[in-house]
Amino acid sequence: MTGPRHIKFYQTGTFTVGNRLLDVAVQSVQSSLDRNNSLTSGHRACQGCGEALGARYALDSAMRATQGQMVVANATGCLEVFSTPYPESSWRVAWLHSLFGNAPAVATGIAAALKVKGRSNVRVIAQGGDGATVDIGFGCLSGMFERNDDVLYICYDNEAYMNTGVQRSSATPAAARTATTPTVGDEPGNVFGQGKSVPLIAMAHFIPYVATASVAELRDLEYKVERAMTFRGARYIHVHVPCPLGWGSDTGDTIKVARLAVESGLFPLFEAEQGEVVGRRTIRRRVPVEEYLKLQGRFAHLFAKNADPRRIALIQAIADRNIARFNLLEGADA
Amino acid sequence: MLKQCEGSQAIAEVVAMCRPEVICAYPITPQTHIVETLSSIVKAGRLKPCEFINVESEFGALSVAIGASAMGARAYTATASQGILFMAEAVYNAAGLGLPMVMTVGNRSIGAPINIWNDHTDSMSMRDAGWIQLYAHDNQEAADLHIQAFRLGEALSLPVMVCVDGFILTHAYDRIDVPTQEQVDTYLSPYEPQQVLDPDNPVTIGAMVGPEAFTEVRYLAHHKQLQALELIPALAAEFKATFGRDSGGLLHTYRTDDADTIVCALGSVNGTIRDVVDDMRGQGVRIGSVSLCTYRPFPSEALRTAMGHARRVITIEKSLSVGIGGNVSHNLRMALPDPATRVHTVIAGLGGRPITRASLKRVFAQAIAGTLQPLTFLDLNTQVIERQLERERAVRRSGPAAEAILRDIGINGAAQPEGNPT
Amino acid sequence: MFQVRIHGRGGQGVVTGAELLSVAAFLEGRWAQAFPSFGSERMGAPVMAFCRIDDKEIRAREPVTQPDAVIIQDPTLLQQSSVFEGLAPNGWVLINSGRTIQQLGIARSLEKIPGVHVSIVPATELALKHIGRPVPNAVLLGGLCAAASVLKLDSVEAAIRQKFRPDLADRNIAAARAAFSLVTAQPLPEGAIHAQAV
Repeated sequence: MTGPRHIKFYQTGTFTVGNRLLDVAVQSVQSSLDRNNSLTSGHRACQGCGEALGARYALDSAMRATQGQMVVANATGCLEVFSTPYPESSWRVAWLHSLFGNAPAVATGIAAALKVKGRSNVRVIAQGGDGATVDIGFGCLSGMFERNDDVLYICYDNEAYMNTGVQRSSATPAAARTATTPTVGDEPGNVFGQGKSVPLIAMAHFIPYVATASVAELRDLEYKVERAMTFRGARYIHVHVPCPLGWGSDTGDTIKVARLAVESGLFPLFEAEQGEVVGRRTIRRRVPVEEYLKLQGRFAHLFAKNADPRRIALIQAIADRNIARFNLLEGADA
Repeated sequence: MLKQCEGSQAIAEVVAMCRPEVICAYPITPQTHIVETLSSIVKAGRLKPCEFINVESEFGALSVAIGASAMGARAYTATASQGILFMAEAVYNAAGLGLPMVMTVGNRSIGAPINIWNDHTDSMSMRDAGWIQLYAHDNQEAADLHIQAFRLGEALSLPVMVCVDGFILTHAYDRIDVPTQEQVDTYLSPYEPQQVLDPDNPVTIGAMVGPEAFTEVRYLAHHKQLQALELIPALAAEFKATFGRDSGGLLHTYRTDDADTIVCALGSVNGTIRDVVDDMRGQGVRIGSVSLCTYRPFPSEALRTAMGHARRVITIEKSLSVGIGGNVSHNLRMALPDPATRVHTVIAGLGGRPITRASLKRVFAQAIAGTLQPLTFLDLNTQVIERQLERERAVRRSGPAAEAILRDIGINGAAQPEGNPT
Repeated sequence: MFQVRIHGRGGQGVVTGAELLSVAAFLEGRWAQAFPSFGSERMGAPVMAFCRIDDKEIRAREPVTQPDAVIIQDPTLLQQSSVFEGLAPNGWVLINSGRTIQQLGIARSLEKIPGVHVSIVPATELALKHIGRPVPNAVLLGGLCAAASVLKLDSVEAAIRQKFRPDLADRNIAAARAAFSLVTAQPLPEGAIHAQAV
């Protein structure tokens, strides 16, 4: 296969019509009939899967940015499983799955091989879910970052181990119910005061580019992937991708839920270069965290009779801290 | 060219002549001298083009090799001991994906108790991972096997482990015939991958396989290893034609033709065994030995030919399959045609315990006299064991066993100089 | 076969000493095998290294337990009686010290070894004088050549040249020659304990 194949018009996405009004250069990748369709239809992701959506947008953007000269290393997880039940594959890119925890290192090896072979035009992407990224593959990820290997790593964060049946990861938010943080006892759901921000940790490696993105802002995701591909060295994009199954949200609400995470301040969108924040996406209409939480079954216990209202207040405090730290309110000084 | 040099240096020089394109390394004793030398060679610009990558773990090291091999590069790494366990998941993965690469294992024990000295527990733990496993009996073979390993692995699209006794070979200065670059280039062509990540012809590698095809995929892995049984002797013969010496192959026999006692072992202990064989032959004992160079695939037929006529077989094994005994004897028993052949397992050299000619001669004589148990631990200090067992019987909280035993011996944690009991 | 055991401390070049011996033997067309005692590498810790020299291939991989010569690079190790352990009758002992056998308090240990030859060379002083650093390994090899004549001094010098950069090699060779002269100047009577305190 060489170059993009035409896709069906109905596959061009929600931006197609609006894009006609824009200059071709700024039209979205997904609206183009020439896009690669890197993760093609027919895969076995759940209805409303945020990860499938995010991965297709991200990889199509990267394919456009590299003129199709790209290789992908994928970690074990939902994305790998739903896309490749043998002998079927949804991948229309050169794609390798090795293990759960080693996608960054595999990508390093690919990048090294390309360098040796003088094929600097071919770019490398590694991708995985939050479990692969923030937990089991964290050592390899940090190694890839500190060596500044020429790899873009994309984490699709759905905030738990969804492939194995919704267990807690270190990206699981406070109070969320998972199979291993059940809603029983005095402190139901995932405990407060745990977890980590891998985007901030990535920045602490002073790598060329770090960004957060959301499937609520797909054009922004496309932009960030394209921006990342303008750098050489280690780059990291952390994409927030709702999981209707694991979050207990309506399959039709994936984008809505993702948008509320952004607008409440719980998932800040920003960009950083060489360890410094250089841009953030401001919140147009700030919403209280309840609006985000109440759409999700994993937080239902927060709204139950006799629920301790302090829990929602603590979550609101997390959102407020993000808004203050990243200066997220529209009209505020950048 | 003949050269007096350290085993690790010889291995590194020869690996460099094999023109690996990606070398990844995480330091672990006793592998370090190999990767240090390679890093100097790369840094000095003597090996071009090559990327030398210092990784964050052994798991990372082998994962980098997996990526490089999948992208069509010749990949090399080296490890030992805990390192091979830390990368275990990737060891299986590389073989399962059918990605050729060469990994040196500087054989060392596995803790706990932590121990940096030589035995074969590390590579033996990966014997079922699907890699080809070659064991070097001296440093000449250690160097030579790497050239054959790249050729063999790439021919079959399989990873190859070259197992070299840690310290005993890696840190020993020996006379080594270092080949020329021209010889190596004649023998080993550039790597042509069977499968490769190619943006212009994209394939999916590493898909999920369900029950409907998994057995077939595994069978193919087995089939490839059986092919290796044919290819390994052929490559060793070609090696001899190019380099002018016997190295590698399935196994080496020594004075076995009329022997009714045959000793079988892996690795450097074979040199010591041959000295004992000569000594006992001088006393009229019909004894010989087989040095097993290829352990995976297991050369059953070649072993049958080499030692099928023996009345008794003694395996000297540097690893213990806890709860049963020897890994080599277990496999060997399956290869021998006559179930009446006595097979003695002698566990020896664990954690760097010296295997002396005197001790070997004693157990061989015992086997011939019919007094050797089926499973024997060479030079086992039974007094120390009895004392510890007594302690454990006497009190519930008898404490950590290894530390108590060290107190009994009087070493108290200090490094025991090999072969020189203080 | 001629077997040598070198005792010293981490940082004194014990392993290099064994390596140099093996290279010297190799340069004479002989077979040699040198190897360390395989401990963790720590500065100052007791370290051993071994070398076997033979006119045919050396196959055995067991440690040297019955050396023909023992080199002690650090006299503080003499407190361990084991440094002479297994030394063959009529074997050679080479000690880096400026003191006598009596001062070192090893006369009783040496009496147990029939026909032992003992040479005491102030190798550290010679190293400081010629090399500028207290590295006695190559120096003592010069002494060994004189005492045991198992290898030619020329071969040891050639091995030193292979191992070190030219200026350092020159200085090590000067020190090794000085040690060679000291030991040669006072040949040891066969089968007698004799100390050369210089």
